[in-house]
Amino acid sequence: MAGEPAPVSWELLGAGRQLAGALKVELAGVLLGQGVEGLANEAWAYGADRVYLVEDPVLGPYRTAPYARALVELVQRYRPEILLLGATSMGRDLSGAVATALGTGLTADCTALNIDPATRLLEQTRPAFGGNVMATILCQRHRPQMATVRPRVMPLPPRQEGRQGELVRVGIDLKEEEALATVLEVIEEKGKAVYLDRAEIVVAGGRGLGSRENLRLLEELAGVLGGTLGASRAAVEAGWLPPEYQVGQTGITVRPKVYFAIGISGAIQHLVGMQNADVIVAINKDPEAPIFKVATYGIVGDFLEVVPALTEEFRRQLAARST
Amino acid sequence: MLQMVVCVKQVPDTAEVRINPRTNTLVRAGVPAILNPYDAHAVEAAVQLKEKYGGQVTALSMGPPQAEEVLRRALGMGADRAILLSDRAFAGSDTLATSYILAAAIRAIDRETPVDLVFCGKQAIDGDTAQVGPGIAARLGFTQLTYVMAIDGVDLEKRQIQVQRKLEDKREVIRGRLPALLTVVKDLNELRYASLPALIRAARATITTWSKDDLDLDPASIGLKGSPTSVRRIFAPPARPGGELIPGEPRQAAAILVAKLVQTKIIADK
Ligand SMILES: Cc1cc2nc3c(=O)[nH]c(=O)nc-3n(C[C@H](O)[C@H](O)[C@H](O)COP(=O)(O)OP(=O)(O)OC[C@H]3O[C@@H](n4cnc5c(N)ncnc54)[C@H](O)[C@@H]3O)c2cc1C
Ligand SMILES: Nc1ncnc2c1ncn2[C@@H]1O[C@H](COP(=O)(O)O)[C@@H](O)[C@H]1O
Repeated sequence: MAGEPAPVSWELLGAGRQLAGALKVELAGVLLGQGVEGLANEAWAYGADRVYLVEDPVLGPYRTAPYARALVELVQRYRPEILLLGATSMGRDLSGAVATALGTGLTADCTALNIDPATRLLEQTRPAFGGNVMATILCQRHRPQMATVRPRVMPLPPRQEGRQGELVRVGIDLKEEEALATVLEVIEEKGKAVYLDRAEIVVAGGRGLGSRENLRLLEELAGVLGGTLGASRAAVEAGWLPPEYQVGQTGITVRPKVYFAIGISGAIQHLVGMQNADVIVAINKDPEAPIFKVATYGIVGDFLEVVPALTEEFRRQLAARST
Repeated sequence: MLQMVVCVKQVPDTAEVRINPRTNTLVRAGVPAILNPYDAHAVEAAVQLKEKYGGQVTALSMGPPQAEEVLRRALGMGADRAILLSDRAFAGSDTLATSYILAAAIRAIDRETPVDLVFCGKQAIDGDTAQVGPGIAARLGFTQLTYVMAIDGVDLEKRQIQVQRKLEDKREVIRGRLPALLTVVKDLNELRYASLPALIRAARATITTWSKDDLDLDPASIGLKGSPTSVRRIFAPPARPGGELIPGEPRQAAAILVAKLVQTKIIADK
């Protein structure tokens, strides 16, 4: 939880709230950066009882060394039982350095976190072997128990406007020379599926599309619904959509209200990225496709016929309702 | 001249690993072992830097004797020498213990000739943890540069490296001090095909093997004993309850489905 807040920070507070409840302890958030004090209100609103704030110009741009040092010092001073970070690039970069410095265990990319009431241990569940297997990991004797959680795996907790907590300002003596690196430039990658993980409606296509041209049909459906395109790895490897659109184990995890899986077979590596959708709609010409096992609604058929029919029906029924 | 070490791991081709739902154990029989795909790009990156600036590339792997195979692959791609860290006492190491052992080996190499750059893959596809690279950097006090998608250049005089890092929605251009540890993504480079002479040389090369006694190691920090994390259980991914197949011709089915979604207000009006 650093600098500009990644939304996963609030998801972590939701997960942390439950763990803290089970352990009957307090939940604290950590804010590292420069000019980030205002975010404490957000942290309280999403469930933190306390916020540790380290503000320092050295923490302006993210660099591993000073961020790791600040977090390590906080942990050594305040001794949390559990430390959670978002499994973003930055979160994974930082958590590996911090866990090593603390000499404790770290479990990456958890999809479920639970407290064993008998032992107070954190049960950290994550996919392994490319998602073919789930493993529950424990960190028995070392503290803190550290885990990263992927964005969109945990639900966003309700925001409690005006909820207040305690602010603890911590000064840590950081030096620019010890940062070891200088960020020269940050280039925003424009036109990418940046918000795919926050999209409420995802229209995703797979190898079954057969060609890039056929994407047009999905774009039309997404257009009517205000949805965002997504892709299976096969569709990305075919070059029909850029890698940023890939949903799954090695792509993005999404948690939309509705996920359309069109011409996607439903390999486990794809499922782990989308099975938290509220509703899954599968369109596949193969009635045996595994995607139908997870789909809320399925239509067996050729997407070339089904998708245009869906687009037209949505257009018609949505228009009818609004009049 | 750059002294470089590339950490390469032998991994099961994860597409093939399954779980036996009755015994809840991994079915790994017949699963081919491969060089971790990201590590191949790490080797390529080091070899390209050697071609540009001169220097030496050492491929380093911790694993069972069979892991020699991935070291030979690295030699075929242009690494100059290979070291295998193999000892029964290393078995069961989690990422903390693994980075401890690899860092100790890099220190030993560093004592011969100071190491400028260490390369790792972004992550290993069996565990997908992405923790070993940062672990090594933290132990050695090297500048940590993860998710590297381009290497802009090395300034040997100023002892700096400039790289581009691939983040979720942006690219970061960052300059770091040497020595540095880089973890690399596949965008970094295209892999070359090993030439026949290189393959022959790789097949004939001797691979140095170091056991725990060749390294300066605290026995309490390696293997199972040195690993804070343990696996409580493994299981097949839970299936989401399947739903309803909507019958009928495409147009009919579409009308029924849309009515369901629109009625439940799951899809709101724009
Ligand atoms: C380590 C690892 C990581 C991976 N990570 C990911 C990941 O992050 N994301 C991901 O998606 N995959 C990932 N994969 C790949 C994954 O295993 C599958 O290969 C991939 O998801 C298959 O994509 P697909 O469903 O589009 O293609 P296919 O499996 O080929 O399925 C195509 C489907 O389209 C249907 N179809 C064909 N024509 C039509 C038509 N006209 N109308 C309707 N349906 C039609 C077919 O019946 C079929 O079911 C990973 C694999 C590994 C080993
Ligand atoms: N046993 C090992 N031997 C050599 N390198 C390793 C080993 N384990 C991990 N690595 C390196 O660390 C990277 C990240 O691995 P991981 O943290 O397991 O995802 C890999 O891409 C390798 O470069």
